[in-house]
Amino acid sequence: MADPLIRAEGLVKRFQTGGGLLAKPRAMLAVRGVSMTIGKGEVVGVVGESGCGKSTLARLILRLIEPTSGTIRFDGQDLTQLSRGDMRRMRRRMAMVFQDPYSSLDPRFTVAEVLAEPFRVQGEEPPAGRIAELLGQVGLSERLSASYPHQMSGGQRQRIGIARALAQAPDFLVLDEPTASLDVSIQAQIIALLSELRRELGLTYLFISHDLGLVRYFCDRIVVMYLGAVVEVLPRSDAPPRHPYTAALMDSTFAPDPHQRKRLRAIEGEIPSAFDLPKGCAFAARCPRATDRCRAENPDLTASDHPVACFHPL
Amino acid sequence: MLLSVENLGVRIGSVEPLSGLSFTLDRGEILGLVGESGSGKSLTAMAVTGLLPLIGGRIAEGSVIFDGTDLSKLPEDKLRPYRGKRIALVTQNPMTAMDPVQRIGDQVDIMARLHLGLDARAARARTVELLTRLRIPEAATVCDAYPHQLSGGMKQRIVIAMALAAEPDLIVADEPTTALDVTVQAQIIHILGELVRERGLALMLITHDMGVVAQVCDRVAVLYAGRLAETRAVGPLFDTPHHPYTTALIDCIPREGMAPGSLTGIPGLVPSVVTYPSGCRFHPRCPRSDGTCERVIPEVRTLPDGGIVACHHPLGGAHG
Repeated sequence: MADPLIRAEGLVKRFQTGGGLLAKPRAMLAVRGVSMTIGKGEVVGVVGESGCGKSTLARLILRLIEPTSGTIRFDGQDLTQLSRGDMRRMRRRMAMVFQDPYSSLDPRFTVAEVLAEPFRVQGEEPPAGRIAELLGQVGLSERLSASYPHQMSGGQRQRIGIARALAQAPDFLVLDEPTASLDVSIQAQIIALLSELRRELGLTYLFISHDLGLVRYFCDRIVVMYLGAVVEVLPRSDAPPRHPYTAALMDSTFAPDPHQRKRLRAIEGEIPSAFDLPKGCAFAARCPRATDRCRAENPDLTASDHPVACFHPL
Repeated sequence: MLLSVENLGVRIGSVEPLSGLSFTLDRGEILGLVGESGSGKSLTAMAVTGLLPLIGGRIAEGSVIFDGTDLSKLPEDKLRPYRGKRIALVTQNPMTAMDPVQRIGDQVDIMARLHLGLDARAARARTVELLTRLRIPEAATVCDAYPHQLSGGMKQRIVIAMALAAEPDLIVADEPTTALDVTVQAQIIHILGELVRERGLALMLITHDMGVVAQVCDRVAVLYAGRLAETRAVGPLFDTPHHPYTTALIDCIPREGMAPGSLTGIPGLVPSVVTYPSGCRFHPRCPRSDGTCERVIPEVRTLPDGGIVACHHPLGGAHG
């Protein structure tokens, strides 16, 4: 296997909330010891429900927030050890596309200003023609450069979000639910655009989504997260699930085929609070296969080519 | 027939965003209303629930016949016994349907007190029973909570409970699961389906997701830019879609084993009401369009199997 572009090891993020004169602060582990690699040119998906820590993981990998412990190596360099200046220079090589293009674009900026911003942060001006080139890469007309975000459709705004991420010609993009707020027709357009950009520019993606159907279509490898920890890594997008949680996620995905209706034994209940983690396997309370052992001990992720953290895998 | 919408046209100011829409819905049936944003799905929901005046709109033509009465001809005060009581609405964002400073129980109780005339104690007993039926754990405790203390999926179940509290005949659900996680979406869709079968409710389910449609709907009406494209039973719709727009929408959902690059979406955008194209409104985005499509509005034709399609060049052998 080629050298990975990203190697994250033992990432932990602890958040603390509350605390005051009388209230005791409460701590929660948003990410509980996640290790993963992303090879050059690979598309790795991270799936899980709201609150599973997937967005926190993405922000840790880009060092937008500091990990409580653990390391992130980007092309061999430990990001957590870089000085502010070195980190800023390193930032050219990585960028993020956010879920909601409306709230991630400054409403007072024109498209041209939005796309110039990544250069200005680095103390530069965009080279002549670069903004037109970026708009072309995301399939938009140069005429849009004087428009404001509110004058555009959701799909166009997300294309601007992608163009901004591409501005400094990065190697690596984190795509955080980039299509979750879009119509399915526009979602498919954006996914097609991202595939094309990956091929043309040789990009590496970390794709975050709660939609396993979409992740299986788009990604080479899939990391399944539950309550801040990795429960399974599918080595190929078509690999059969081994963790009961992954199987439940697949059952919740509706195929556009009325002859394949699911007998919805969709998982009951909701994710337990991360402030109050159960002992043992975090999924045990919702798991049809759980035994006393699952409620007492926490299974480790196996070291194999299809890692799974379960005492009773499928 | 519980609901029969005939040749419905909606006007807002000087524009007519929705026109010529006809469909029926019976008890125990789930009708899917699908299309992209801007296709007129939510306007249809507002027309059926009598809420168009809220956005300055009105029913300009056609009729909305509910259980024998044409709601489009009723004055506001005569609509009240229908709205909320016999026809309930479940909206996309549960937070907008709930009062953030009122306890959950009180918000659900009020429906039964107002519409069924129950006293406080009887209404609360019903609320707890309903919440339990919707698989909300510790329903009695949840009654004392405020909306912000609940997850999105829980809140959406409370909104469904509010809709059910007055024992309606028809539920109009406008993208009820779009804002939710897939696992929670699966639970909510499942619960809605069960309620329809159990209680003989009629459900009009508005969505842009053909996956959801395939999972629960009995019949489907596909809307595009304020007009009906196709109406079919769910099996035939997916087996042999006739309208190119229907095919395009189905192809937007990733399927098991789909080849890379085959998910392409639909080029372009739904036009806004002021830029509706001439002829067939889908023609600028349609791979099958020709000169006729640009000039002539396609006739709405009824097929031998009872389906309806409006296209000059339909697929799957639906020609003349």
